[in-house]
Amino acid sequence: MTDANMSKSGAVPVPRKSLLQPDARTKRRNSAEARFRAYGLAAVGIGVLALVMLLVSIVGTGSGAFKQTYLTIPVHLNEAKLDKKGDRELANLKKVTTIGYAGVLKTSLNDFLAQEGIEIDGLSDKDAGKIISKEAAATVRNAVLADPDLIGTTQDFTLLANGRIDGYYKGRVTMDSAELDGNVTPEQLMLADALKERGLLKTKFNWAFLIAPDASDQRPEAAGLGVAILGSIYMMLTVLILAPVIGVAASIYLEEFAPKNRWTDIIEVNISNLAAVPSIVFGILGLAIFINFAGMRASAPIVGGLVLTLMTLPTIIIATRAALKAVPPSIRDAGLGLGASKMQSVMHHVLPLAAPGILTGTIIGLAQALGETAPLLLIGMVAFVREYPAAWSPESGLFGEPSTALPVQVFNWTQRADPAFVERASGAIIVLLIFLVAMNAVAVMLRRRFERRW
Amino acid sequence: MNDMRIMERDVDVNEIKIAARGCQVYYADTHAIKDVDVDIEDKTVTAFIGPSGCGKSTFLRCLNRMNDTIDICRVEGEIRLDGEDIYDPKVDPVQLRAKVGMVFQKPNPFPKSIYDNIAYGPRIHGMAKTKADLDIIVEKSLRRGAIWDEVKDRLDAPGTGLSGGQQQRLCIARAVATEPEVLLMDEPCSALDPIATAQVEELIDELRSQYSVVIVTHSMQQAARVSQKTAFFHLGNLVEFGETGQIFTNPVDPRTESYITGRIG
Ligand SMILES: Nc1ncnc2c1ncn2[C@@H]1O[C@H](COP(=O)(O)OP(=O)(O)O)[C@@H](O)[C@H]1O
Ligand SMILES: [Mg+2]
Repeated sequence: MTDANMSKSGAVPVPRKSLLQPDARTKRRNSAEARFRAYGLAAVGIGVLALVMLLVSIVGTGSGAFKQTYLTIPVHLNEAKLDKKGDRELANLKKVTTIGYAGVLKTSLNDFLAQEGIEIDGLSDKDAGKIISKEAAATVRNAVLADPDLIGTTQDFTLLANGRIDGYYKGRVTMDSAELDGNVTPEQLMLADALKERGLLKTKFNWAFLIAPDASDQRPEAAGLGVAILGSIYMMLTVLILAPVIGVAASIYLEEFAPKNRWTDIIEVNISNLAAVPSIVFGILGLAIFINFAGMRASAPIVGGLVLTLMTLPTIIIATRAALKAVPPSIRDAGLGLGASKMQSVMHHVLPLAAPGILTGTIIGLAQALGETAPLLLIGMVAFVREYPAAWSPESGLFGEPSTALPVQVFNWTQRADPAFVERASGAIIVLLIFLVAMNAVAVMLRRRFERRW
Repeated sequence: MNDMRIMERDVDVNEIKIAARGCQVYYADTHAIKDVDVDIEDKTVTAFIGPSGCGKSTFLRCLNRMNDTIDICRVEGEIRLDGEDIYDPKVDPVQLRAKVGMVFQKPNPFPKSIYDNIAYGPRIHGMAKTKADLDIIVEKSLRRGAIWDEVKDRLDAPGTGLSGGQQQRLCIARAVATEPEVLLMDEPCSALDPIATAQVEELIDELRSQYSVVIVTHSMQQAARVSQKTAFFHLGNLVEFGETGQIFTNPVDPRTESYITGRIG
């Protein structure tokens, strides 16, 4: 049939092709397709590789932060040193500083070593005392101030080991490096090993890393994320309450109620542009408006929360408007056609359908806000804070006490000289990532919940 | 004129429900409806026919002010429902739409249960005091929508899970649940298969006993089957309006004749 037609119409007769024999065109097309797939696979591979490298490096350096070396020794709380008057008067007890307690600790440790028969050649009493963290003196002092009756007795205390000793068990410090290091000697490491053999020096899970406040440059072993986590939680609460409410209200108005004219066009363009404004600009804005103009306190989580709210608004508005746009207009018509008002139609029918999209946008915005550092630096959240910020206080109001935040804490620790802080910073990044994953998991769960309602 | 009388169907003369006079509709600069006068009777099915884009839907949407939702749309002239001008500034379109219900071209049930679909209108208009009242309204509406038997065992199932024809009957039931006086239908069968179409047409005929029904259709057979009055629109003009029998067998205007015989459209 075909041949007959061909010859009749005068075209060149095409030889019959076998389906079993791919022709040149098909082959070329197939190889182009195979190439394209290979490119795609390579692109995905690069992405996955980058992610794996990131995780391996972060977890590799950061997991150490979740373990900490402690030593347990009997401490003789010498009355002559800690309470000269012997009247257990708190005001007097407070006059003894941590330096006094450090002396007590040093003496107790050396007495204990002598009693146990541990002797390291060439290790002075002073150097032996240095294997205990400077933080330990504060720990003991706090215990004594809390219970002055302890004075004069001998108590077992579990105390932080010095950061270098801790580093020795995490592989950061070796005998060779200790030789060159002004802060630790090989003899101190030998002492640590001797204590470890007797089970007096142990590596435990480091709850303090999650709970304790930051610590000064000299004691990385004591530095924790407590204040930063609290600050971040306060800020996230502020953002979580303000941003979706303002963002969704603005989007609904713009999408459903606003007349389409030049003004709304300008607003729309501006909101889209706002999403691309570098976050540090929002920091300057926050500094100018909330701190300089409104007179709010620098370093306060409420200010950080407000700045981050401003920053997340465009993201939420854009996502919400897209979600609202995706709801078929026939649903709005159905509501209006039944005599529902515009607001009823939107609230009862459009919003529930748009909810999963709105939720995704909100969580993305929130995740963005959680990891944001630059604007917080400008409003002073980088300050060194040892006090836990209260959620509310009469003087500074809601979320008004100075605080810091997780990403800022990471930034802060990476600036410090002691290599132990690198480990802390990576540990903080792990905590940050866990928060992000948890938030995304919540988002996915909520999405499922909303979508299951057909 | 005399010929016309012969072809006239046996129709009761009903009172006029909606009267439009000099109705003009503009979409920005497009003049979509040009000076339309029409009387829509109570307890009658009125069909709007005409080629695509001639303004049938536009005019239909004027009757319950759904055009208000289109920013660029402007309506002029006078449309009276029971003698009251529905474009009077004092009229709240929300109240109007409770009286003039609408069924759309594409079935558009809410993504909620069948029960909630029907109950929505009565709920927002406060028509039921108790759950029992609401149950009664839902059952009555579903029966009037000729879908009760099919869904009575699964009122909690999503309305969107029904077949196309069932969805459209659900939408009709939803529209009658608010006890409207006029029911507007914009090509209600265009998305349905022939069997579902037949069911809906049968339903429309039943609804005539209680409501004034206005139906837009692109199918002349359908107009002939379900309506008593037919209006033929062409390029925004109401070309001819009269008894359905007369329009189809003995049109006055040559344009109507061309359309009916398949030369335009
Ligand atoms: N929302 C709108 N915006 C602008 N023009 C419209 C709109 N809706 C309808 N029109 C125009 O009005 C005219 C009538 O449309 P329509 O009433 O939908 O016709 P029909 O329902 O008879 O097919 C068409 O020319 C159409 O392009
Ligand atoms: Mg139409």
